[in-house]
Amino acid sequence: MNYNWNWGVLFEEQYLDWLISGVGWTFAVALSAWVIALIVGIMIGVGRTLPTKPIAHICAAYVELFRNVPLLVQLFLWYFVMPEVVSDDLGRWMKRDMPNPEFVTAVIGLGLYTASRVAEQVRAGINAVGGGLVSAAYAGGLSTAQTYRFVLLPIAFRLIVPPLTSEFLTIFKNSSLALTIGLLELTAQSQQIAEYTFQGFEAYTAATVIYVVIALGATLISHILEKHTRIPGYVGKG
Amino acid sequence: MDNLDLSVIIDNLPFLWQGLQISLSLTALAVVGGIALGTFLALMRLSGFGPLSWVAAGYVNLIRSVPLILVIFWFYFMVPLALGRPIGSFYSALIAFVMFEAAYYSEIIRAGIQSVRKGQVHAGKAIGLSYWQIQRYVVLPQAFRNMIPILVTQAIVLFQDTSLVFVVSLRDFMTASSIVARTEGRLAEMYLFAALVYFTICFAGSIFVRRLQRAKTA
Repeated sequence: MNYNWNWGVLFEEQYLDWLISGVGWTFAVALSAWVIALIVGIMIGVGRTLPTKPIAHICAAYVELFRNVPLLVQLFLWYFVMPEVVSDDLGRWMKRDMPNPEFVTAVIGLGLYTASRVAEQVRAGINAVGGGLVSAAYAGGLSTAQTYRFVLLPIAFRLIVPPLTSEFLTIFKNSSLALTIGLLELTAQSQQIAEYTFQGFEAYTAATVIYVVIALGATLISHILEKHTRIPGYVGKG
Repeated sequence: MDNLDLSVIIDNLPFLWQGLQISLSLTALAVVGGIALGTFLALMRLSGFGPLSWVAAGYVNLIRSVPLILVIFWFYFMVPLALGRPIGSFYSALIAFVMFEAAYYSEIIRAGIQSVRKGQVHAGKAIGLSYWQIQRYVVLPQAFRNMIPILVTQAIVLFQDTSLVFVVSLRDFMTASSIVARTEGRLAEMYLFAALVYFTICFAGSIFVRRLQRAKTA
């Protein structure tokens, strides 16, 4: 294997700047998209468990639609096709004047995609609470809204902390797809350094190490969170 | 939007079909390779021999913390360098997918192996089977039976993931759609069509999984 090692390239000012800016964009996309994913995901997930059939069906359709189309195709639809589909004025604004179009598109696309995955966890959490508690709530005279507010959601949210933290890690990894619409996040920057310097090994190692550190950090946070949110002695389906 | 031109799809169907064949064969080969390597990793991890299980755990955790696109870039760069000659983008991508999916499959398979009751292993030992015979005739057949729905679900995820070979311009269905979209200037038609094709295949797959699960519980 013929390869000229040069780890110093990572610390040259220009390339170090690229890496740092890449990390910044990765965090910006992942965290902003996570906000959308949580809000929309919780609404869709709760919607799927509601006794009102039409709402449950619409929410189920949302999940099927977003889960069965690759994220890459979804990003392209938001980025290239959306401006053509909306009204002319809005389309023109999206193409010419919208600030940071790659970032906004990546956040919306990744957020709505992850929402479908969050929704599945929320639904599973609500279903895991079990019928006995729901019957008890109704027998105690609570309305459907009150049952969700005081019985189902407080327990379900604590049950789904572990799977949600794993989704949180996934959104960091999936934010790398933003490079396909031209956002220079961490993976894109490492690839760019590889192309400019021919030091692919060093460049990809740098990105890999940073992703591993992010994963370790997320795992650490999730352990702390799980310890605090665990319901002592709760086994579900009671 | 009111002037969707569907003829662009029909004119380019042979080209798109070639792309879809690449996507499907990449998926099929990566599933087979991923399950084979994944089984091996799972057995290493459960071997009870420290160094072996640490190596397997380290590999799985490393791969699971980095994005697939980065893994694809890694192997595009590494494979020709390690072999001393280029082997074409299809095989580079295939190796990347096998190595990547093996980490995910190994976690599924590990759970599957652990779901086989310990008594089965003891019984195997009692009648004088060797370690490999126990795995081959007792544990793995039962484990895989339990895992089939999850393995198929993972195959659907893998099929969607193959669209990422777009980043290295391998002409799968996604790349083919995007080439047609840009050369013909028909982005809306082509990307909506791509979404429809992926959706149809994956949705059919998920219905199949649901049927498998029902058959299992019945």
